[in-house]
Amino acid sequence: MLVNSFVSTPDLIRFLPEIILTIMGTFLMVMDPILQRRSSYAFGHLSLLALVGALGGSVYAYTEGGCSVPQSCPAFGGMLMVDGFATFFRVLVIVVGILTVLSSYRFLQREDAETSEYHALLLFSIAGQCLMAASNDLIMVFIGIEISSIASYVMAGYLRDDKRANEAALKYFLLGSFATAFFLYGVALIYGATGSINLSTVRGILMGPDVPSSVFIGLAAALMFVGLAFKVSASPFQIWAPDVYQGAPTPVAAFLSAGPKAAAFAVFLRIFMTAFEPMSASWQPWLFGISALLSMVIGNFAALLQSNVKRMLAYSSIAHAGYVMVALTARSEIGTSAAMFYLAAYAFMNVGAFAVVSHLSGKGERYQTVDDFAGLAQKQPLTAALLTIFMLSLIGVPLTGGFFGKFYIFKAALESHLVWLTVLGLLTSAVAAYYYLRILVMMYMHEPSKASSEVEPLSLGLGTALMIPAIGTLFLGIFPNWVLDFAVKSATLVK
Amino acid sequence: MSEIPISWFLTLSAILFALGVAGFLFRRNIITVFMSIELMLNAVNLSFITFSYKLQKVDGHLLAFFVMVVAAAEAAVGLAIILTVFKNRATLNIDEIDSMKN
Repeated sequence: MLVNSFVSTPDLIRFLPEIILTIMGTFLMVMDPILQRRSSYAFGHLSLLALVGALGGSVYAYTEGGCSVPQSCPAFGGMLMVDGFATFFRVLVIVVGILTVLSSYRFLQREDAETSEYHALLLFSIAGQCLMAASNDLIMVFIGIEISSIASYVMAGYLRDDKRANEAALKYFLLGSFATAFFLYGVALIYGATGSINLSTVRGILMGPDVPSSVFIGLAAALMFVGLAFKVSASPFQIWAPDVYQGAPTPVAAFLSAGPKAAAFAVFLRIFMTAFEPMSASWQPWLFGISALLSMVIGNFAALLQSNVKRMLAYSSIAHAGYVMVALTARSEIGTSAAMFYLAAYAFMNVGAFAVVSHLSGKGERYQTVDDFAGLAQKQPLTAALLTIFMLSLIGVPLTGGFFGKFYIFKAALESHLVWLTVLGLLTSAVAAYYYLRILVMMYMHEPSKASSEVEPLSLGLGTALMIPAIGTLFLGIFPNWVLDFAVKSATLVK
Repeated sequence: MSEIPISWFLTLSAILFALGVAGFLFRRNIITVFMSIELMLNAVNLSFITFSYKLQKVDGHLLAFFVMVVAAAEAAVGLAIILTVFKNRATLNIDEIDSMKN
């Protein structure tokens, strides 16, 4: 099948976002010596332009590539599948990229860092994530993961002279590559057992008359689970996340906690709902359910003990990975659409929260503790109000995206008769309210700290990077159906 | 000519992979840890080639090439990261790189 398919125009259209991002990333690197470093905003503008272009490209690939009708729309001989599911995640990671660029303008200037490489790496990383979202073939998944990861390893250690950033990059790199090796071994076993690495073909073989040894397939699924659970920082493979998010520059931490995680969940859903779905009924609820429960418990309880806000948000992101794992445990189309909705809401609220931390922490990221938030509401009422929206959404208060995200996830779990998981999940999410509210209390009920007295006025870029997620969070909380309808429609395409 | 059975290659691949995992978990030098990851990737490559031979299909070979290319890219980035860590701390012992606890 691969041999006789040449590149055709529909293939190229369906691959448009990745093409735009790769070309523009390379272009940024070429422009580095031409534009001087002083014009540091220029690269940000170019990067923003590229991302907006890619956003248009992914919508165009969906509508004009003949995919808007519910049918399979493969590209490159079935290696990619540019359906609604892929488009949803492509748009999601590109929007996360846009928010990252907006919140990086001031950050890069403040830290006096090189800008061209930063934005080029960001574009490459997003290109990898778009590829992950659209891939329907395990080798494409692998290449997408690696394009995304290798660029983000460098971004995590972008401030070369900062000891914490170095450490974050090293840990992210070592554990990320370790996880990829596990994933790859799983791919090898699938290839050996079925003779194919195309997810649709593997599904066909597993549903067919001569099913290969279930020991082999089970082992392959377990190895892939290990590899992907590392990437989404789900328990018991979450140990790297706190150190990486704490040490990485704050805008990068925001990006890592939303973009690669959403793309890895897209791969998770695609692999387990397409390829392994015919034979996963017996083990998937246990494997995913226990991982979800551990993630929620470890994430929420460890977050209670943190005084560093970035570290606290890292543990909270482990807990949120646990909620999405609950949706995967449900193993249904409702679960898939709930996971998609949750990841969108989570991306907005988490990127917004990290952007506020970046704003407050000042040069060299000195102020990162909960106490530094004291009195922020007196000094900057708008910033404090926006952070309140994000925190309430992370708790899951009604009228925010986080509420409907949790609601749909636990509804899906109940419909799949996972009562124990729902009850325990809701209990841990009640615990979570404490550490988010602690920040709000600090902000509104205490005298200004040194950090909030010194905080600079909101810049245009950062202000926009806070307004868009805030609007997004409220929009998802008030009109959830707009996004949910699309998610439900796309979730049926996964099979 | 008697042929070596396929299972021998697969067992060797599994042993190499397990050695890589053990090296990753128990070695303390960062460079050795990194080499262990490379060993894991090469163990997977051996599996790909073996399966490709067994199935009489060429895609396994292609996969192995992709893995090699990616491993090279990873080595380039990884060694650069290890170098900056060494410059800032003058140590390659993984236990000493632990500055972020509360």
